[in-house]
Amino acid sequence: MDRAISRTFIAYVEDKPGVLNRVVSLFRRRGYNIESLTVGRTHEPGVSRLTMITTADEDTARRLEANLYKLVNVLRVRDLTAIPSVSRDLALIKVKASAAERAEILEITKVFRARVVDIATDALIVEITGEQDKIDGLVALLKPFGILEMVNSGMVAMTRSAEAAPVEPPSGTRPQRASSAA
Amino acid sequence: MQRTGAQVIWEVLAREGVEVCFGYPGGAIMPAYDALLEYEVRHVLVRHEQGAAHMADGYARASGKVGVAVATSGPGALNLVTGIATAMMDSSPIVCVTGQVAASLLGTDGFQETDLTGVTLPITKHNYLVTTADEIAPALREAFYIARSGRPGPVVVDITKDAQQASTDFEWDDRPVELPGYRVPTPVLPATLTRALELIHGAKRPVILAGHGVIESGASAELVRFAETAQIPVAITLLGLSGFPASHPLSLGMMGMHGEAWVNTAIQEADLLLAFGMRFDDRVTGKLATYAPHARKIHIDIDASEINKNVKVDLPIVSDLRQTLLALQPQLERQERGEWLARIASLKGETAVRDIQALPDDGHLYAAHVMHDLWRLTEGKALVVTDVGQHQMWEAQYYKHDYPRKLLTSGGLGTMGFALPAAIGARFAQPQDEVWAIAGDGGFQMTAAELATCAQEQIKINIAVINNGYLGMVRQWQEFFYDRRYSATPMKSPDFVKLAEAHGLQGTVVTRRDQVAAAVEAARKEPGTFLVEFRVEKEDSVYPMVPAGADLDKMIRRPHRSPTSEV
Ligand SMILES: Cc1ncc(C[n+]2csc(CCOP(=O)(O)OP(=O)(O)O)c2C)c(N)n1
Ligand SMILES: [Mg+2]
Repeated sequence: MDRAISRTFIAYVEDKPGVLNRVVSLFRRRGYNIESLTVGRTHEPGVSRLTMITTADEDTARRLEANLYKLVNVLRVRDLTAIPSVSRDLALIKVKASAAERAEILEITKVFRARVVDIATDALIVEITGEQDKIDGLVALLKPFGILEMVNSGMVAMTRSAEAAPVEPPSGTRPQRASSAA
Repeated sequence: MQRTGAQVIWEVLAREGVEVCFGYPGGAIMPAYDALLEYEVRHVLVRHEQGAAHMADGYARASGKVGVAVATSGPGALNLVTGIATAMMDSSPIVCVTGQVAASLLGTDGFQETDLTGVTLPITKHNYLVTTADEIAPALREAFYIARSGRPGPVVVDITKDAQQASTDFEWDDRPVELPGYRVPTPVLPATLTRALELIHGAKRPVILAGHGVIESGASAELVRFAETAQIPVAITLLGLSGFPASHPLSLGMMGMHGEAWVNTAIQEADLLLAFGMRFDDRVTGKLATYAPHARKIHIDIDASEINKNVKVDLPIVSDLRQTLLALQPQLERQERGEWLARIASLKGETAVRDIQALPDDGHLYAAHVMHDLWRLTEGKALVVTDVGQHQMWEAQYYKHDYPRKLLTSGGLGTMGFALPAAIGARFAQPQDEVWAIAGDGGFQMTAAELATCAQEQIKINIAVINNGYLGMVRQWQEFFYDRRYSATPMKSPDFVKLAEAHGLQGTVVTRRDQVAAAVEAARKEPGTFLVEFRVEKEDSVYPMVPAGADLDKMIRRPHRSPTSEV
């Protein structure tokens, strides 16, 4: 039951210097490998959103979550692993393409619903969004032509239902609003 | 009102109720030191910044309030690091105010620049790098709040020199601190309480494991009531000692590596463990696979990340211990557990005080006797601060603490050098108490420079140096596990009494048990700090001992012969 599986966490954090360092340091200290990490702004001013992928069993995942919550700048954490959600990765792939090969490559990109975003005389750049295996599939087919360069944005994820993932802390805990002096 | 950043530091500290702080000046913190002269806060000049951090820690542990340490950038701040990590491991609330190079020099390897927030990130509860005067007050207020609330811990506020020099419009803002991402657990759900009560009422052989959380949450009285009502015996962690009265009939004493046999056996035989504010450290569980195999476990802790960390529990309760005990008490049924308590008494009968009895009263001075006599002579009421090593364990075994916050010791990090500075800090927290720092010959020398602090600041504490001529605890491991190959553990020390005298302090040497009482009397009479060097048996060991990673009830017992007749 308690098997290590690939897990997707999202975290809302305060958009302040050093916050990412705190999050990453927590993974580092406990020796967890981060397979993917993305950070970006959200619709809330001052709030960033992280998507992290790591391999962990259930116990480890719960403690990871609890440890993330111990960081003062972390607002909310969710483990999306068991929740129906959409995840996307964006990749740019620069492929060698002679004039003769170009048509064939364009055909492949069409099947994958990828887009060609730049064409040079002997190369082109393909943009693809999707889940990891879709990107892997495209890469496999483009490899024979010669991949010159590739970049991956890392995974972003979101639950499917209409429910919003609130920025506020979850129930069972409450934010601090305490009086100051002793 | 217009204030410099340096003045703001003291404005805030004074409003946070800080009466004393411990520190050492230097370039990057000079503006703050200059402003200090205008404020009422007492400053204690230490001899090494590690001492400042331990003093703040000792003050915090003895008072329950936040302790404050001050240091300059670079080397000054780095010297705090061991003390900060010590406070972190033992959940002690301290705030360290450090100077930093000017903001324009950050990241340039400027003179005495160290990335202190980077260095202390994993050993603080939180930290701040403050680069403008406006941010000083909010950062400090948050720091105090974070340090003392929830699971307490150290907070570093690193303030650039230009921020201290700049002026700002300071208004004391007494609105609550707003920290959207910081949370403490809410009260326990009724269903959880019901489930806990079912387990407690259904148990035949329950044991309470009382940890540091009992003291931190101020739950001693509630714990006594709870244990008495449900008739549950209480085993105590090293840091939990003094949280439950040692003289209480339900007190089992210390558990774990150097716990008495009956305590660990009771835990191994239990059918329910109630872990109260403790974290199943490897020093108390022994081998995890064989730990308390028959027991269900209820774990009450304020820190959710402690749940299922080392030991899987059946019912986790993430909340304040005192509040939870108060919530449980009304429905807690009065229990009779004659059979279980009789069983434990029979275990005890077999082994109680066997350890100290096996020590012959043959003219040799044994550390265990020293602790026992100190306890008797101070009527168990002293505020004792121990260092790390054998003497620490003997103190834990033979000085019976009945009052909360009367034993301070470095448990989680096991920091040698803790005792003297922490005792100085504790002295400020509890001016009425008789304070005893108990250190080994090794550990004492790590921070012995603070004797000068005692002299300059006219601080009255009592110091017991337990001199066995060895780094005793390491020597013991060498004896047990490394074929008695005493590598780098024999230690030659200075004449400790002369050392005290060189600082203008008094001291005396004790070599026989019949001299202990007179020495303690002399220490108490002396208005200044007094040092007693106890020259104890050199190759004595702490028994019983559960070797690291062994089953909790498989312990090494004291051989029946006296240790001197061995070898
Ligand atoms: C700063 C530090 N260095 C090393 C150790 C490892 N250590 C643990 S106990 C001990 C021996 C302590 O010797 P002493 O202070 O004489 O006390 P004793 O055990 O003899 O009572 C040592 C070296 C430590 N805990 N802390
Ligand atoms: Mg020693």
